[in-house]
Amino acid sequence: MFEILEKERIGPGVNRAVISAPEIARAHKPGQFIILRTHEQGERIPLTVADKDAEKGTITLVWQEVGVTTYFMGTMCVGDRLQDLCGPLGKPTHVDKIGTVVGIGGGIGVAPLFPITKGMHDAGNHVITIVGARTEGLLIMTEDMRKVSDELLIATDDGSFGIHGFVTQVLQSLIDKGTKIDLCVAIGPVPMMRAVVNVTKAAKLPTVVSLNPIMVDGTGMCGACRVEVGGKTMFGCVDGPEFDGHEVDFDLLMKRLAMYKGSELIALNQFRESPRGCQCTFPGGA
Amino acid sequence: MTEQVKPAKKPKVPRQKMPEQSAVERAHNFYEVALGYDNDLALLEASRCLHCKKPVCMAGCPVEVDIPDFVEMVKKGDYIGAAWKVKEKNSLPRIAGRVCPQESQCEAKCVLGKKGEPCAIGRLERFVADYAAVHGEGKMPELPKPTGLRVGVVGSGPAGLTLAGALIKKGVAVTVFEALHELGGVLVYGIPEFRLPKAIVRSEVDELRRMGVEFKTNWVIGRIETVDDLLEKRKYDAVFIGSGAGAPLFLRIPGENLNGVYSANEFLTRANLMKAYLFPENDTPIAKGRRVVVFGGGNVAMDSARSALRLGAEEVTIVYRRTMEELPARSEEVHHAVEEGIKFQLLTAPLNIIGNDAGWAVGIHCQKMTLGEPDASGRRRPVPTEEYFDIECDTVIVAIGNAANPLVPSTTKALETNKWGNIVADLESGKTSKDRVWAGGDIVTGAATVILAMGAGRKAGLSMLSTFGIS
Repeated sequence: MFEILEKERIGPGVNRAVISAPEIARAHKPGQFIILRTHEQGERIPLTVADKDAEKGTITLVWQEVGVTTYFMGTMCVGDRLQDLCGPLGKPTHVDKIGTVVGIGGGIGVAPLFPITKGMHDAGNHVITIVGARTEGLLIMTEDMRKVSDELLIATDDGSFGIHGFVTQVLQSLIDKGTKIDLCVAIGPVPMMRAVVNVTKAAKLPTVVSLNPIMVDGTGMCGACRVEVGGKTMFGCVDGPEFDGHEVDFDLLMKRLAMYKGSELIALNQFRESPRGCQCTFPGGA
Repeated sequence: MTEQVKPAKKPKVPRQKMPEQSAVERAHNFYEVALGYDNDLALLEASRCLHCKKPVCMAGCPVEVDIPDFVEMVKKGDYIGAAWKVKEKNSLPRIAGRVCPQESQCEAKCVLGKKGEPCAIGRLERFVADYAAVHGEGKMPELPKPTGLRVGVVGSGPAGLTLAGALIKKGVAVTVFEALHELGGVLVYGIPEFRLPKAIVRSEVDELRRMGVEFKTNWVIGRIETVDDLLEKRKYDAVFIGSGAGAPLFLRIPGENLNGVYSANEFLTRANLMKAYLFPENDTPIAKGRRVVVFGGGNVAMDSARSALRLGAEEVTIVYRRTMEELPARSEEVHHAVEEGIKFQLLTAPLNIIGNDAGWAVGIHCQKMTLGEPDASGRRRPVPTEEYFDIECDTVIVAIGNAANPLVPSTTKALETNKWGNIVADLESGKTSKDRVWAGGDIVTGAATVILAMGAGRKAGLSMLSTFGIS
């Protein structure tokens, strides 16, 4: 069992928790994810590790409440325990001294971008980070990002904070200014990653994206997470989660992500009416 | 206690049938199909055994259970003693008694089978092991003093569990590392509840745990640490790799990434391990197809088809390139599937999966086949004809086989693999090219059977023990 040591709300429906998981903290590298299960009847969901502390034996998870499991995790408190935590999974990011790296994070995607940015910064790269959200209240981890970036650019769709516009517009203006960029890393909602890739394709900038397909086991045994990259079928959990953004079939990814929409709604509605949907304790007593 | 039946006075008893749920009833639930013998049926069946001086049945058992001896104890009504006799060689008798293809193993050799029907060894094994689990009061075998030797086991499937049982009984400490949250490998994610209840796997694993085997779940060797780490940092004296063949194969035909298309591994993992048939009480969803098509003809295809039926499908069709005669599945499984109303579309090869605009499968486009000359495997080769047709469906399950998962071999230094990614190991001893590393089960042979994996685990255990100088 994996105890929640700290928990806070960092945005509307967005939570951050520090969890005791010494073995995972020791082995984890930027870009990798974990699969968790909250309780005996729970499902397995993937979450990218937002930060870790190998010495303290902790990992940090950031999640947005979108369905039954993430809402349930939102009701969990310090001292509660997650039944299962499996990781690290997936291939680590290729961290190297490349030159100038532009990290682009949209919405909740800022959390998984953080350890990669940190890794790239520690490796001696010049790191420019662009974070974006619909509105000021939805911006997360901007101060964390500031510490590991040489330049931090913040954009909101409605102009309530920072630059008024999309992250792609900020990226485009960097390109237009003639900024030397060696690598882009984009993590966020699929439409955002697709938009970024369209910009970088035109400018011929290598771009890595981190995909978030549906997963079950996360170890390569089922293929639920299949994605098409360069016309070839790949498993997101073992071949990724990071891929060459210029080669990804985002349309297929979008369609596959919608596969359980009906079931997800049924589960969430039932959860909201159930006892565990409104109490702040772990059902098993923990 | 009943009187021992002497062979000369042996009554002419027919092979006893196993009671089972009716096809109509069971097609709509996930409860076990076969209900098992009661005491009376077990005694009757055991009375048929001739207690041969040279028991050929034992030669058909990959783990060499002392069959005549345990059956003799059943005859005497000593069911718990019989169970212990079985457990001397087989640490997982409740599982083996259910999923072994006895018709091609122990029972195939039984002398009674030459003129009539063989003794139902599998059903008796299942009976005594179930009986002991209920009435045995948790008695444990006496364990020797710890030898101080430690072995790490990668994977908690049938091979790893059998090896763990063999070693712990000789005083060797064992730690089993499992990637999933539940122990048992294919026994918990692959074989459905209605063939092998998960509570039974759990009880067998618990027995090993009570004997002292340590289990670590959520532990992906190759990611959290490597086999080399186990040997060097954790100082295990030896490592056994039983990581199985868990990487699903696809046909690589157009449309395979449409929604509603599953690998059998995913479909069965959702249904069995995650208990998606209990959704929304359990959180994992599954597409409950109205018309389901399954590609393949092995046991996994039968399990997938029968699971889809129990999830509420109106029509389930198995699409297979050859005929009923060539189906690789156990005849008993095929028989059960037919009884439950599974349809068979034979001599048919899928060419592509047809999708709608939303990205969902709506049908498959097929080609009719005919049988040609026998191929290298000795089976008549399917030859395409010029006849094409479509089958309407909303769910497709691809059950055409599994390959070795490369995670463990690719992260272990100096471990030889073959062109299919299987670990090269001696089939008798399980020894690999790497010092202090043994391997067995599907990771060595490619996808095979539960009992062959158990046999490989047992052989590797004996080989390790002899290397350690323990007899």
